[in-house]
Amino acid sequence: MSQALKVSLTRRYRFAASHRLFRPNFSEGENQRIYGKCSNPYGHGHNYSLEVTVSGTVDPATGMIANLGDLDPFVDREVVQAFDQKYLNQEVSEFREAVPTAENICREIYRRLKPFPPARLERVRLQETSNNSFEFDGEIGERDERAPQGTGQP
Amino acid sequence: MIRVTRKIEFSAAHFYHNPSFSAEENRRVFGKCNNPHGHGHNYVLEVTVAGEPDPDTGMVLDLKELKDILQREVGERMDHRHLNYEVPELAGQIPTCENIAQVIWRLLEPKIAKGKLDRVRLWESPDLYADCTAQSSGEGV
Repeated sequence: MSQALKVSLTRRYRFAASHRLFRPNFSEGENQRIYGKCSNPYGHGHNYSLEVTVSGTVDPATGMIANLGDLDPFVDREVVQAFDQKYLNQEVSEFREAVPTAENICREIYRRLKPFPPARLERVRLQETSNNSFEFDGEIGERDERAPQGTGQP
Repeated sequence: MIRVTRKIEFSAAHFYHNPSFSAEENRRVFGKCNNPHGHGHNYVLEVTVAGEPDPDTGMVLDLKELKDILQREVGERMDHRHLNYEVPELAGQIPTCENIAQVIWRLLEPKIAKGKLDRVRLWESPDLYADCTAQSSGEGV
Protein backbone atom coordinates (compact mmCIF):
# COMPACT_ATOMS: atom_id res chain seq x y z
CA MET A 1 0.00 0.00 0.00
CA SER A 2 1.56 3.27 -1.01
CA GLN A 3 1.76 6.21 1.36
CA ALA A 4 -1.39 8.38 1.58
CA LEU A 5 -0.71 11.82 0.17
CA LYS A 6 -2.37 15.14 0.75
CA VAL A 7 -2.64 17.45 -2.22
CA SER A 8 -3.63 21.09 -2.32
CA LEU A 9 -3.93 23.58 -5.12
CA THR A 10 -3.10 27.26 -4.81
CA ARG A 11 -4.25 29.89 -7.24
CA ARG A 12 -3.28 33.56 -7.26
CA TYR A 13 -5.69 36.43 -7.97
CA ARG A 14 -5.16 40.15 -7.93
CA PHE A 15 -7.19 43.20 -7.05
CA ALA A 16 -6.43 46.85 -6.39
CA ALA A 17 -8.33 48.75 -3.73
CA SER A 18 -8.11 51.74 -1.45
CA HIS A 19 -8.76 51.97 2.25
CA ARG A 20 -8.26 54.08 5.31
CA LEU A 21 -7.50 52.66 8.73
CA PHE A 22 -9.36 54.54 11.43
CA ARG A 23 -11.98 54.05 14.09
CA PRO A 24 -14.67 56.74 14.29
CA ASN A 25 -14.84 56.28 18.06
CA PHE A 26 -11.12 57.10 18.46
CA SER A 27 -9.90 60.70 18.52
CA GLU A 28 -7.85 61.91 15.57
CA GLY A 29 -4.74 61.80 17.75
CA GLU A 30 -5.48 58.23 18.76
CA ASN A 31 -6.09 57.16 15.15
CA GLN A 32 -2.79 58.76 14.12
CA ARG A 33 -0.96 57.08 17.00
CA ILE A 34 -2.37 53.62 16.22
CA TYR A 35 -2.60 53.64 12.42
CA GLY A 36 -0.02 56.29 11.49
CA LYS A 37 -0.11 57.38 7.85
CA CYS A 38 -2.62 54.61 7.10
CA SER A 39 -5.10 56.88 8.83
CA ASN A 40 -4.63 59.85 6.48
CA PRO A 41 -8.13 61.18 5.77
CA TYR A 42 -8.36 60.63 2.02
CA GLY A 43 -7.22 57.00 2.13
CA HIS A 44 -4.60 55.20 0.04
CA GLY A 45 -4.46 52.01 -2.01
CA HIS A 46 -2.61 48.77 -2.66
CA ASN A 47 -2.21 46.17 -5.37
CA TYR A 48 -3.34 43.15 -3.41
CA SER A 49 -2.26 39.65 -4.38
CA LEU A 50 -4.52 36.90 -3.08
CA GLU A 51 -3.55 33.22 -2.90
CA VAL A 52 -6.42 30.80 -2.42
CA THR A 53 -5.56 27.23 -1.38
CA VAL A 54 -8.03 24.37 -1.69
CA SER A 55 -7.53 20.71 -0.83
CA GLY A 56 -9.44 17.50 -1.27
CA THR A 57 -9.57 14.34 -3.29
CA VAL A 58 -8.02 14.44 -6.74
CA ASP A 59 -10.82 13.25 -9.02
CA PRO A 60 -9.35 10.43 -11.16
CA ALA A 61 -11.59 11.42 -14.09
CA THR A 62 -10.23 14.96 -14.26
CA GLY A 63 -6.96 14.84 -12.30
CA MET A 64 -8.22 17.85 -10.38
CA ILE A 65 -9.07 18.85 -6.82
CA ALA A 66 -11.09 21.73 -8.21
CA ASN A 67 -11.65 22.77 -11.78
CA LEU A 68 -10.25 26.25 -12.33
CA GLY A 69 -13.25 26.69 -14.60
CA ASP A 70 -15.29 26.65 -11.35
CA LEU A 71 -12.83 28.21 -8.89
CA ASP A 72 -11.86 31.23 -11.02
CA PRO A 73 -15.40 32.53 -11.61
CA PHE A 74 -16.32 31.84 -7.96
CA VAL A 75 -13.40 33.89 -6.60
CA ASP A 76 -13.98 36.51 -9.25
CA ARG A 77 -17.62 36.90 -8.27
CA GLU A 78 -17.19 36.70 -4.49
CA VAL A 79 -14.01 38.71 -4.07
CA VAL A 80 -12.45 40.30 -7.14
CA GLN A 81 -15.62 41.92 -8.50
CA ALA A 82 -16.55 43.06 -4.99
CA PHE A 83 -13.14 44.49 -4.02
CA ASP A 84 -11.31 45.48 -7.21
CA GLN A 85 -11.04 49.24 -7.84
CA LYS A 86 -13.18 49.93 -4.77
CA TYR A 87 -12.84 52.08 -1.66
CA LEU A 88 -13.19 49.26 0.84
CA ASN A 89 -14.39 51.42 3.74
CA GLN A 90 -17.48 52.52 1.88
CA GLU A 91 -18.07 50.08 -0.95
CA VAL A 92 -17.77 46.75 0.88
CA SER A 93 -20.51 46.70 3.51
CA GLU A 94 -18.50 44.60 6.04
CA PHE A 95 -15.91 47.38 6.25
CA ARG A 96 -18.38 50.02 7.23
CA GLU A 97 -18.05 48.41 10.66
CA ALA A 98 -14.73 46.53 10.68
CA VAL A 99 -11.50 48.43 10.01
CA PRO A 100 -10.23 47.22 6.61
CA THR A 101 -6.82 46.11 7.84
CA ALA A 102 -5.26 43.31 5.79
CA GLU A 103 -6.08 40.99 8.72
CA ASN A 104 -9.77 41.82 8.48
CA ILE A 105 -9.76 41.70 4.68
CA CYS A 106 -8.15 38.27 4.89
CA ARG A 107 -10.87 37.01 7.25
CA GLU A 108 -13.63 38.50 5.13
CA ILE A 109 -12.21 36.84 2.00
CA TYR A 110 -12.04 33.52 3.83
CA ARG A 111 -15.68 33.90 4.92
CA ARG A 112 -16.75 34.63 1.35
CA LEU A 113 -14.80 31.72 -0.15
CA LYS A 114 -15.50 29.07 2.49
CA PRO A 115 -18.75 27.88 0.82
CA PHE A 116 -16.92 26.95 -2.43
CA PRO A 117 -18.74 23.68 -3.08
CA PRO A 118 -16.31 21.33 -4.84
CA ALA A 119 -13.30 21.49 -2.45
CA ARG A 120 -12.19 22.37 1.05
CA LEU A 121 -10.82 25.87 1.56
CA GLU A 122 -7.46 25.41 3.31
CA ARG A 123 -6.10 28.92 3.50
CA VAL A 124 -6.17 32.39 2.05
CA ARG A 125 -3.00 34.42 1.90
CA LEU A 126 -3.21 38.11 1.18
CA GLN A 127 -0.15 40.03 0.17
CA GLU A 128 -0.72 43.75 0.67
CA THR A 129 2.72 44.94 -0.44
CA SER A 130 5.90 43.08 -1.31
CA ASN A 131 6.88 43.45 2.35
CA ASN A 132 3.83 42.16 4.19
CA SER A 133 1.45 39.26 3.86
CA PHE A 134 -1.35 37.76 5.94
CA GLU A 135 -2.77 34.24 6.14
CA PHE A 136 -6.00 32.87 7.56
CA ASP A 137 -6.96 29.20 7.71
CA GLY A 138 -10.23 29.63 9.60
CA GLU A 139 -8.75 28.85 12.98
CA ILE A 140 -9.71 31.33 15.70
CA GLY A 141 -7.00 31.74 18.30
CA GLU A 142 -7.19 33.41 21.67
CA ARG A 143 -7.42 37.14 21.46
CA ASP A 144 -4.59 39.14 22.96
CA GLU A 145 -6.32 41.42 25.43
CA ARG A 146 -3.48 43.90 25.82
CA ALA A 147 -4.11 47.46 24.73
CA PRO A 148 -3.44 48.12 21.03
CA GLN A 149 0.19 48.95 20.39
CA GLY A 150 0.41 51.67 17.77
CA THR A 151 3.51 51.39 15.64
CA GLY A 152 2.70 54.19 13.28
CA GLN A 153 3.50 51.81 10.42
CA PRO A 154 0.97 50.92 7.73
CA MET B 1 14.05 20.30 12.66
CA ILE B 2 15.28 22.15 9.62
CA ARG B 3 13.54 22.26 6.25
CA VAL B 4 15.77 22.55 3.19
CA THR B 5 14.28 23.49 -0.17
CA ARG B 6 15.85 23.03 -3.57
CA LYS B 7 14.35 24.28 -6.82
CA ILE B 8 14.66 23.03 -10.38
CA GLU B 9 12.84 24.05 -13.51
CA PHE B 10 11.67 21.99 -16.44
CA SER B 11 9.62 22.70 -19.54
CA ALA B 12 7.08 20.24 -20.83
CA ALA B 13 4.00 19.90 -23.00
CA HIS B 14 0.64 18.42 -22.07
CA PHE B 15 -3.07 18.50 -22.72
CA TYR B 16 -6.09 17.29 -20.78
CA HIS B 17 -8.25 14.61 -22.30
CA ASN B 18 -10.27 11.81 -20.73
CA PRO B 19 -10.97 9.08 -23.33
CA SER B 20 -14.09 8.01 -21.44
CA PHE B 21 -15.63 11.48 -21.91
CA SER B 22 -17.36 12.53 -25.12
CA ALA B 23 -15.62 15.21 -27.22
CA GLU B 24 -18.15 17.73 -26.01
CA GLU B 25 -17.64 16.75 -22.36
CA ASN B 26 -13.86 16.98 -22.72
CA ARG B 27 -14.23 20.51 -24.04
CA ARG B 28 -16.65 21.49 -21.31
CA VAL B 29 -14.55 20.10 -18.44
CA PHE B 30 -11.07 20.93 -19.68
CA GLY B 31 -11.70 24.03 -21.80
CA LYS B 32 -8.77 25.14 -23.91
CA CYS B 33 -6.49 22.67 -22.03
CA ASN B 34 -8.26 20.03 -24.15
CA ASN B 35 -6.66 21.31 -27.38
CA PRO B 36 -5.34 18.01 -28.82
CA HIS B 37 -2.11 19.58 -30.10
CA GLY B 38 -1.17 20.33 -26.51
CA HIS B 39 0.50 23.34 -24.96
CA GLY B 40 3.39 23.80 -22.57
CA HIS B 41 4.60 25.33 -19.34
CA ASN B 42 7.81 26.29 -17.64
CA TYR B 43 7.31 24.25 -14.50
CA VAL B 44 9.12 25.22 -11.31
CA LEU B 45 9.60 22.43 -8.79
CA GLU B 46 10.44 23.17 -5.17
CA VAL B 47 11.34 20.13 -3.12
CA THR B 48 11.59 20.40 0.67
CA VAL B 49 13.45 17.89 2.84
CA ALA B 50 13.16 18.00 6.62
CA GLY B 51 15.62 16.71 9.16
CA GLU B 52 18.27 17.48 11.74
CA PRO B 53 21.65 18.76 10.51
CA ASP B 54 24.41 16.16 10.72
CA PRO B 55 26.76 17.40 13.49
CA ASP B 56 29.81 16.55 11.34
CA THR B 57 28.77 18.46 8.23
CA GLY B 58 26.15 20.92 9.51
CA MET B 59 23.88 19.72 6.70
CA VAL B 60 20.52 17.96 6.65
CA LEU B 61 21.63 16.49 3.36
CA ASP B 62 24.09 17.43 0.65
CA LEU B 63 22.22 19.84 -1.62
CA LYS B 64 24.38 18.79 -4.53
CA GLU B 65 23.15 15.25 -3.99
CA LEU B 66 19.53 16.48 -3.84
CA LYS B 67 20.06 18.46 -7.03
CA ASP B 68 21.40 15.32 -8.75
CA ILE B 69 18.37 13.30 -7.55
CA LEU B 70 15.97 15.97 -8.85
CA GLN B 71 17.79 16.10 -12.15
CA ARG B 72 17.86 12.33 -12.55
CA GLU B 73 14.33 11.53 -11.34
CA VAL B 74 12.43 14.56 -12.64
CA GLY B 75 14.57 16.60 -15.06
CA GLU B 76 15.59 13.67 -17.22
CA ARG B 77 12.08 12.21 -17.22
CA MET B 78 10.07 15.36 -17.83
CA ASP B 79 12.19 18.21 -19.22
CA HIS B 80 11.35 18.90 -22.86
CA ARG B 81 8.95 15.96 -22.92
CA HIS B 82 5.29 15.57 -23.72
CA LEU B 83 3.77 14.48 -20.41
CA ASN B 84 0.86 12.63 -22.05
CA TYR B 85 3.09 10.43 -24.21
CA GLU B 86 6.60 10.27 -22.82
CA VAL B 87 6.34 9.81 -19.05
CA PRO B 88 5.22 6.25 -18.23
CA GLU B 89 4.54 7.17 -14.56
CA LEU B 90 1.75 9.47 -15.77
CA ALA B 91 0.20 6.93 -18.15
CA GLY B 92 -3.56 6.74 -17.73
CA GLN B 93 -3.66 9.95 -15.67
CA ILE B 94 -4.59 13.48 -16.66
CA PRO B 95 -1.28 15.37 -16.34
CA THR B 96 -2.59 18.11 -14.06
CA CYS B 97 -0.43 19.91 -11.54
CA GLU B 98 -2.07 17.79 -8.80
CA ASN B 99 -1.21 14.49 -10.50
CA ILE B 100 2.30 15.48 -11.58
CA ALA B 101 3.11 16.61 -8.02
CA GLN B 102 2.01 13.20 -6.67
CA VAL B 103 4.05 11.33 -9.28
CA ILE B 104 7.09 13.45 -8.38
CA TRP B 105 6.56 12.68 -4.67
CA ARG B 106 6.49 8.94 -5.36
CA LEU B 107 9.61 9.15 -7.54
CA LEU B 108 11.59 11.16 -4.99
CA GLU B 109 10.47 9.77 -1.66
CA PRO B 110 12.44 6.47 -1.86
CA LYS B 111 15.56 8.28 -3.12
CA ILE B 112 15.96 10.69 -0.20
CA ALA B 113 18.50 8.89 1.96
CA LYS B 114 19.08 11.63 4.56
CA GLY B 115 16.20 13.58 6.06
CA LYS B 116 12.59 13.05 5.01
CA LEU B 117 10.74 14.35 2.02
CA ASP B 118 8.48 17.03 3.47
CA ARG B 119 6.80 18.78 0.56
CA VAL B 120 6.70 18.81 -3.22
CA ARG B 121 5.51 22.14 -4.60
CA LEU B 122 5.00 22.27 -8.35
CA TRP B 123 4.38 25.62 -10.00
CA GLU B 124 2.70 25.43 -13.39
CA SER B 125 2.72 29.21 -13.78
CA PRO B 126 3.45 32.12 -11.41
CA ASP B 127 -0.27 32.03 -10.49
CA LEU B 128 -0.82 28.31 -9.91
CA TYR B 129 0.86 25.58 -7.89
CA ALA B 130 0.04 22.24 -6.25
CA ASP B 131 1.51 21.05 -2.96
CA CYS B 132 1.94 17.40 -2.11
CA THR B 133 2.71 16.27 1.44
CA ALA B 134 2.36 13.04 3.41
CA GLN B 135 -1.06 12.79 4.94
CA SER B 136 -0.70 12.82 8.71
CA SER B 137 -2.29 9.85 10.46
CA GLY B 138 -5.97 10.29 11.21
CA GLU B 139 -6.27 13.12 8.71
CA GLY B 140 -9.24 12.68 6.43
CA VAL B 141 -9.36 14.21 2.97
